[in-house]
Amino acid sequence: MAKKKPSLKIPDAPHRPGDEASFESWPWQPGDLKMPDPKNCSSEDTVPHAAGLIRVLGDDNKASGDWDPGLDADDLRLGLEYMVRLRIFDDRMMKMQRTGKLSFYMRSFGEECVAIAQTMALETQDWIFPTYRQPGAQFVRGRDMVSMICHCIGNVEDNIKGRQMPVHYSYREGRFISISSPVGTQFSQAVGVAMASQYRGLDEVTITWIGDGASAEGDYHYALNFASVYKAPVILNVVNNQWAISTHANFATGGGEFASRGLPYGLASLRVDGNDFLALYSATKWARQRAAAGAGATHIEVLTYRAGAHSSSDDPSRYRPGDEHTKWPGGDPVERLRDHLIEIGEWSDEKHIELEKRIDDEVMSAYKEAVSHGDLATGPYPSSDTIFTEVYQEMPWHLEEQFNEMMEESDD
Amino acid sequence: MTNMNMIQSLNNALDIMLENDDGVIVFGEDVGYFGGVFRTTDGLQAKHGEHRVFDSPLSEGGILSAAFGMGLNGLRPVVEIQFADYIFPAYDQIVNELAKIRHRSGGEYWSPVTVRTPAGGGIRGGHHHSQSPESQFTHTPGLKVAYCSTPFNAKGLLISAIESNDPVIFFEPKRCYRGPFYGDPHNVPTWEGHPEAEVPEAHYSIPLGEARLAMEGDDCTVISWGAMVHVCEQAIKDSGVSCDLIDLQTLVPWDRDAVVKSIEKTGRCVIVHEAPKTSGFGAEMVASVQERCFYHLESPIERVTGWDTPFPHTTEWDYMPGPSRIAAAIHRSQVN
Ligand SMILES: Cc1ncc(C[n+]2csc(CCOP(=O)(O)OP(=O)(O)O)c2C)c(N)n1
Ligand SMILES: [Mg+2]
Repeated sequence: MAKKKPSLKIPDAPHRPGDEASFESWPWQPGDLKMPDPKNCSSEDTVPHAAGLIRVLGDDNKASGDWDPGLDADDLRLGLEYMVRLRIFDDRMMKMQRTGKLSFYMRSFGEECVAIAQTMALETQDWIFPTYRQPGAQFVRGRDMVSMICHCIGNVEDNIKGRQMPVHYSYREGRFISISSPVGTQFSQAVGVAMASQYRGLDEVTITWIGDGASAEGDYHYALNFASVYKAPVILNVVNNQWAISTHANFATGGGEFASRGLPYGLASLRVDGNDFLALYSATKWARQRAAAGAGATHIEVLTYRAGAHSSSDDPSRYRPGDEHTKWPGGDPVERLRDHLIEIGEWSDEKHIELEKRIDDEVMSAYKEAVSHGDLATGPYPSSDTIFTEVYQEMPWHLEEQFNEMMEESDD
Repeated sequence: MTNMNMIQSLNNALDIMLENDDGVIVFGEDVGYFGGVFRTTDGLQAKHGEHRVFDSPLSEGGILSAAFGMGLNGLRPVVEIQFADYIFPAYDQIVNELAKIRHRSGGEYWSPVTVRTPAGGGIRGGHHHSQSPESQFTHTPGLKVAYCSTPFNAKGLLISAIESNDPVIFFEPKRCYRGPFYGDPHNVPTWEGHPEAEVPEAHYSIPLGEARLAMEGDDCTVISWGAMVHVCEQAIKDSGVSCDLIDLQTLVPWDRDAVVKSIEKTGRCVIVHEAPKTSGFGAEMVASVQERCFYHLESPIERVTGWDTPFPHTTEWDYMPGPSRIAAAIHRSQVN
């Protein structure tokens, strides 16, 4: 057999440390794409939406085009407040992690819009099946920050009893389903949740997300196929934030395409500017209408950029230029909504600073209250019996025996 | 000899094997440009080239099935599964495919894949960054299973694993990457000055299937693997009982002769692992020890293990076997 020179082709990231980061500016403008009828259009009708980019907020900070949801200023200000809250909350949690009060943390920095705009576009009965990058949905569903911080600490007030790492929230009251570390698993599970709603005849839609990286897992493909086969009322979002830890999205698909992968499954497929609050709100509302009408699932690529480190354990300057996120054509989601509100005369820099200050105070007092229930460095911790409870509905004899053994030993 | 921590000695083993054998190819999530989330493959891409050491899509099933195919076609893939907890999307590929290909093809095909994966607790990793799933692989005929515990055995065992023509699941105790772990979370020593961190720079191997006698004594045989070996060492010192400490190093095939020989001397046995008790590899050892050493045993065989529960986050020190639980078991073994 003739031997060729080894030639395995390995992709690379667009920029590495030391490179000058630059992205081509987007060819897509608001108004480029028409809005098809969500209840009646076919998957083929969304071909342009998968190849293009749904935008509403232009570079001039004005909203335009078919996809403008026409939200009133109060709703926009609420969305802005949630995003600001998430950013300040994340910064405070990161400080806690750095001082040993949390074991670990993950921010949503640069992607605050995703969970917030999308959850705001849903009805309260809709199910949220998130990853660790969508905790912001809980603000929209009314979760108290003290309770969120207690979870992150894993103290006696943690509703999941110190069992999982920080940011693995569960919030049943808000129909926000327990987050699991193995990436991708939620994506196809969400289709099952949606199938159950459909089977039971309930007006519920399920929304779920998966990262660009995790879209390489089998679960992603299971989800698209099942959603398509059963026309499940589910909204399947791929959050393409360019990075999976140090691995660029170029390793997740050969052709760099995410949105259009829904088309051959027969799913309506859209690509949306993930830092454009209005576009994301509108596309999600559209997908909800489609799902509720029985027209099936929508597959959405949410195009964004992970501006921060992957997690508190990560140092991105080892694999990408430190300022790459400042070059992202989609800008910053908080600034863009703020500037839009200012542009339409509904907000000001002074008000924004006031808002940040108020939220900073609220986060600070929530933090103080949360640590009064114990922090990771000093405790008190959930009692050790929480290791054994809820493994099963009722504790079998062998766990009871081991529990007693543990208690006896801790007495010695 | 150089003092190396476990990350360095593993990196050194990979470096040597990449150098020695063109067919060795190293890949997995974040292992290429970045050099791995634990830095184990740091510098190897720059040294050996992108086609030898590279990043993969985030897909454990994909990684294992691609490795299987490469192994079938003449390569010797060494893949990393970022955390042992994330090996399960690849479980079908490992259990039904990799483990059985030699047998199912009448020996016509085989695939010499090595799967490296960080395992075990002690890093506040909660349910999904702490598990020690070795018995889910020891229960699968066709796989060899190794579990290193020191920089020295990490290198020698990994080289044997890569050179083996059988597939090997290679567990690395992540809590011991940068130092031994003696069961006290507040005591964080490095490998500096530890005799098992003196590592020859050249190629050497430790045969799969050979245990290591980590401590020598007369009155009890303590058997363990991975991070627990060091916790056992502490427990033995605390107990004041003279013990043999056997570091199994390889679980399949395990060194039954070394275990039998020791128990014939001591008459007592304590088995320690951090994985849950039920169907843990300790159960297999208990059964074999009573078959082989029944008339030498002076007291019931003790098992000290993780509880039969998911691995907790905040309360992980109540979960992991610590020196006091192990010392108590050693003392119980001395009664009668
Ligand atoms: C099954 C599995 N494999 C590996 C990991 C380790 N891991 C955690 S997050 C991550 C990268 C995820 O990237 P992406 O899906 O793009 O999501 P992002 O973090 O960008 O939101 C990896 C490899 C994991 N949690 N689960
Ligand atoms: Mg990503």
